[in-house]
Amino acid sequence: MTPEAVYGGIDIGASATKVALVGGGRKILASDVRKTGVSFEASAADAMGAALALAGLRMEGLRRVVATGYGRHNVDFAHATRTEIACHARAAHFHFPRRITVVDVGGQDNKIIHVSAQGRRDSFKMNRKCAAGTGAFLEEVAQRMDVPLERIDELARRASHTVHMGSYCTVFTKTEILAHMRAGEKVPEIVAGLVESVVKRIVEMDPLAGEVVLTGGVVAHIPMLGEMLGRHVHHPVHILPDAQLAGAFGAALLAAEME
Amino acid sequence: MKSDRPKQTFKKIHASGRMKEIMEAHFRELDEAARTKKQKVAWCTSVGPAELLKGMGFQVFYPENHGAMLGATRTATDLIPLANAIGYSPDICSYLTADIGSYLKGESPISKAYPGLDGPPRPDVLVFNTNQCRDVQDWFNFYGREFKVPVIGIQTHRGVGEITRAHIDSIADQLKAMVPKLEEISGKKLDMEEFKRVVGLSRQCTDLWKEVLEIAAHKPSPLTFFDGTVQMGPAVVMRGEQRAVDYYKLLLAELEQRVDEGVAAVDGEKYRIYWEGMPIWGKLRELSTQFAELEACVLASTYCSSWVFPALDADEPFDSMARAYIELFIVRDEDYKEEYFARQIRHYGIDGMIFHDAKTCPNNSNDRYGMVERISQRFDIPALVIHGDLNDLRCYSEEQARTNIEAYIEQLAEKRGQ
Repeated sequence: MTPEAVYGGIDIGASATKVALVGGGRKILASDVRKTGVSFEASAADAMGAALALAGLRMEGLRRVVATGYGRHNVDFAHATRTEIACHARAAHFHFPRRITVVDVGGQDNKIIHVSAQGRRDSFKMNRKCAAGTGAFLEEVAQRMDVPLERIDELARRASHTVHMGSYCTVFTKTEILAHMRAGEKVPEIVAGLVESVVKRIVEMDPLAGEVVLTGGVVAHIPMLGEMLGRHVHHPVHILPDAQLAGAFGAALLAAEME
Repeated sequence: MKSDRPKQTFKKIHASGRMKEIMEAHFRELDEAARTKKQKVAWCTSVGPAELLKGMGFQVFYPENHGAMLGATRTATDLIPLANAIGYSPDICSYLTADIGSYLKGESPISKAYPGLDGPPRPDVLVFNTNQCRDVQDWFNFYGREFKVPVIGIQTHRGVGEITRAHIDSIADQLKAMVPKLEEISGKKLDMEEFKRVVGLSRQCTDLWKEVLEIAAHKPSPLTFFDGTVQMGPAVVMRGEQRAVDYYKLLLAELEQRVDEGVAAVDGEKYRIYWEGMPIWGKLRELSTQFAELEACVLASTYCSSWVFPALDADEPFDSMARAYIELFIVRDEDYKEEYFARQIRHYGIDGMIFHDAKTCPNNSNDRYGMVERISQRFDIPALVIHGDLNDLRCYSEEQARTNIEAYIEQLAEKRGQ
């Protein structure tokens, strides 16, 4: 019996490095997620090593590897590179093979990608230079409030109402939080306001037509964001399975399709 | 193993050696005029009344050219804060803030490029035209106060649709009104024959520069936008002079030879891109390398075409200068701009259009009123907005720009089914 061909995708993002290994059935055989740290090369090697160990494979066992993310050009063992935009679009269209709008909320930037029914990218937009509305924004403000990132979703769900955040500047938002605290607002309501603020940054980037598919690490940890976005856009909003692995999974799919 | 991009060899434009010589001569002549007082020195905005000044015997210095030098040498970002500190906002023109910062610090790329020169020559008069923006007036007023010299200028209309006789008369009258003041400063009467001669030379220069730019319509293009930003120097600072005319004849011959021999500016040119907006002066090398590696040739731009003045006519120097300097793209309304892009897209066979949104230059950032969407829908051309600045690299995120450009070229490839 011929061994199953396995393809690797590695996504070195601003915050996390993700690896997905896919087999012939395009199922994820193994994966790894870890902090990117200061060395792209070391993170790449460690994450890939961990995923290979889980799959019981060696590097030579991979037919092809595609790298994506900010560190995509620093992966020595990759055969090709593709942008995150290409990889997220591919992953989302794999699960939702129809006309969709992909929204990737990443650690450092947000992307909105319009994908045709055939899977072609019709257009895309990244957020402007400012990281407001991205994972970095939530990290900053959560730290200010002494709220661990993994509790944001739970806290936001407990809110009786949503506190309105008026600024789109991360630093100004931190000051705004102080004013809300002084006014007696409680943590869950403020946290809900912060998630709502991310949603507002997304909807002002580009019209979100048709079905929306959310990808990226932020939504993987804060699914509440998808529900809030749904209330804004009045369209079905899906969260991609293994949303944080979307870039790596898409890269692995593209690696397989390069045959 | 990961390198799936071809290595590009940049092709040197041989004429550039001659351009360096005449640019150096230009700066040395300015310096000599200021030192010896043999000739008066006028500072002039880039699309200001240079022909009138040269026709009246002034040596002409262009602060915007100096601003671009500060950007290209990557010194601007360190100098801008000095101007910010004395009240010139980081949100206004970064040519202005970089140039004033350079003055405050006493550092100029002119002295580094041309040993023995101290920097910009001291002006006897400052002459602006607000056709670029209002900032030029405030910029020149700063130096008027510093050097205690007169500042005179032309106020140009904005958002102009159809150009009427009233527009031309308004600008021509303002040009004529400058003459007595300039005569007083220069100590010489306006010699109409000399003025006409300069306008005639400026027209020849601009016609040749247009030919240089339009040669990029050939497939593959022998010229990139990035080449253009360097090659435009004489058209900006030496129009109205024989040496600029001679230079563009030399350059055109070399580019025509490239066309004859099928030499591409970007090997394996696959995508033809239009650049709308200001150059990002401090990142020209990085951007030209990235586009070339992606086999994309950025080959035409609004910016480089801004020194094409087909209206100039030696027989009607005032009226034709007035028309030339108001029919510019930058002062026109949105409808005119959209039709201008339509012509450029067709003429150059453009696959995609990049809009540079320059933080400190709203007049050259044409993505802000829905133009990107209108153009991309009308021509089925994917468009990309890059957020940055002409000079202030604090406003530019290199990694984001790189990813945007790479994803954009991927999109163009997908559109073609590649």
